[in-house]
Amino acid sequence: MTQSARLHVRVAGIEPLNATLRRITLQHAEGALLPASAPGAHIQLELRGDTRSWRNAYSLVSPPGTRTAYSIIVRKVPQGRGGSLYLHERLAIGQTLTILPPVNLFPIAGLARKHLMLAAGIGVTPFLSTRAALAETPFELHLRCRAADQAAFQTLLAPWPHAHIHAGPDFNPTDLLRHQPLGTHLYLCGPTGFMQAAEAAARALGWPAARIHQEHFGAPTGGRAFDAVLARTGRTIHVAQDQTLLEALEAADIDAPSLCRGGACGECRLPLLAGTPDHRDHFLSESEHATSIMPCVSRSHGEAITIDI
Amino acid sequence: MFNPHESFRPAFSYTNSDAAILRFPFPFPHDQYRYVVNLEPHVKGGPTQAYDAVFDVDEHYVAECAERALTLIADPKRCQVLPHMMAAQWDVLELIMESLAADYPDHFTLIRDGDAWTWINRPLNIEQHFTFGDPATLPYEPFEYITRQAQGDFTIHDQRDNDLWLDGGMVTAQADWSLDFDLGMSFMEWHAPVPKAHELGVFDRALKFLLGLRLGAPVRRVNWTMTVNPRLDTSPEAYPSWGPDRTTITPENVAEKLHLRVELQTLFRLPRSNGILFGIRTYLISLADLARVEKWRKRLHRVLRDLDPPIIEYKGLTRTRRAALDYLAQFDDGAPIPPGTAPGQTTLL
Repeated sequence: MTQSARLHVRVAGIEPLNATLRRITLQHAEGALLPASAPGAHIQLELRGDTRSWRNAYSLVSPPGTRTAYSIIVRKVPQGRGGSLYLHERLAIGQTLTILPPVNLFPIAGLARKHLMLAAGIGVTPFLSTRAALAETPFELHLRCRAADQAAFQTLLAPWPHAHIHAGPDFNPTDLLRHQPLGTHLYLCGPTGFMQAAEAAARALGWPAARIHQEHFGAPTGGRAFDAVLARTGRTIHVAQDQTLLEALEAADIDAPSLCRGGACGECRLPLLAGTPDHRDHFLSESEHATSIMPCVSRSHGEAITIDI
Repeated sequence: MFNPHESFRPAFSYTNSDAAILRFPFPFPHDQYRYVVNLEPHVKGGPTQAYDAVFDVDEHYVAECAERALTLIADPKRCQVLPHMMAAQWDVLELIMESLAADYPDHFTLIRDGDAWTWINRPLNIEQHFTFGDPATLPYEPFEYITRQAQGDFTIHDQRDNDLWLDGGMVTAQADWSLDFDLGMSFMEWHAPVPKAHELGVFDRALKFLLGLRLGAPVRRVNWTMTVNPRLDTSPEAYPSWGPDRTTITPENVAEKLHLRVELQTLFRLPRSNGILFGIRTYLISLADLARVEKWRKRLHRVLRDLDPPIIEYKGLTRTRRAALDYLAQFDDGAPIPPGTAPGQTTLL
């Protein structure tokens, strides 16, 4: 996707919600207004540690449309990639960060007759901004969480009259999914296993795919790092995990034409000679994928690919 | 700076200054017209000054706003928005007001005190105090209010079920399509009449791309056709007025009467509604004015000469193309001309 202009923000508040959850509030670094956001939107934070950097996505939990500040809730994950530890242990009030403007990949279906929202743990966060948008439509929210988080989530869900908190691992949504009125939309957010199980249960009960919405947190343009070998010059360009192949080529001063930077226009198409490409474009046909790659979005499954430039 | 007394209706009084000609967004980078998804980031700066602002304001601004008001009096259905689009309406008002105030501070000012906003539009002599989010504080609904003060047509699109729905618009300067007919249609439905592009998969790719359009990363493309007389309203509703114009082109009048019509189209993700704003900004230039740029007159000749028959038909050029070619041929020596759309000269021939 075409890259949005980055925003510079300042950490205006850090508020512990319990031992592993904290709410972080961000304001525009120069005191300007931030872009408004939609219910369910998230932002990407760019974090620079001593030895590496991260680009992590967090749901906005501030009321949609708020332009004076963004709030996010971050769970401390000691065994994670390190971004959440940085936010829990290193982040300080007054510090400046760069973020990408809000993106909404998890909108509320405007024509739903009812909304059924199933969340696990920190997966509740994208729902917190949707309360006002639900208006007159019936809704029901179920949250599965650890006992240790129950009190914190109860506070966050105070404005939700139909929230059900299931502390402990035993929550099984099958019965709920079986007894929903026609026209209900299902929203899932949580660990992959939770979402897969709920989706499978819904599909087995005959839910149409278009009525099931899932929020996946994974940078669509990132992935594992790899090398691009340029066959004509023998150069090797390293593509970092939070960088696109196109960005890596540009950073190496290689003249790489591009237009949409989102996998749609075909302008940046390059001839592919070797490797196992991870195609993510919307442009090339399956047969073309054997011999071409679009560096604005596509990557490599293996350690290296070879392109004919 | 403005030509407030122009008229886009008979007896037509419309002129482009030398500066307006040089800033014209000429649409053909190559000698052959190709159907591609020619989207690029809508960033400030481009081949001409028409690309220098988020919403371009030029010497025709005051006259185009007056023309829009006249068209709406005769046919109020040129502006329609479905009821679920109110959040998108405010998104559009905010985007246009902020952009105009930032790009043209001499003409427009936006003062915000929380939700209490003051909008000052000096060219149209407007000072409006209103409450952001409360439609009752404006003389029209927010989308109509602000698009009456902007050049070009606008449509707003709801995003649902992996599709885009044309659920609102202000459309008074269109190249032969009807908002009243298309309102509520899906992306494929409203593009159904376009020849060739469906077979090429252009619309499948364009829709996927637009569904992922990001806030703060608008995109643009140009589209084109030709119009007899400097007429903005070439709608199906007004066809009895302009359709017969196509039979009036002669070798003697073609240079003054036939206009290249270019749409600088922009697409913005809207923040609160998650909808999309589509801006269709129309520019008109007579062949005589266009012929004052050497690169453009040669290239237009080549593009028109080699155009595919279905596109000639779709763009409504069947009756006028011959005269245009005969006029432009005298300028074309066949020598290669560089790619790109910038005029390549700073003064006119």
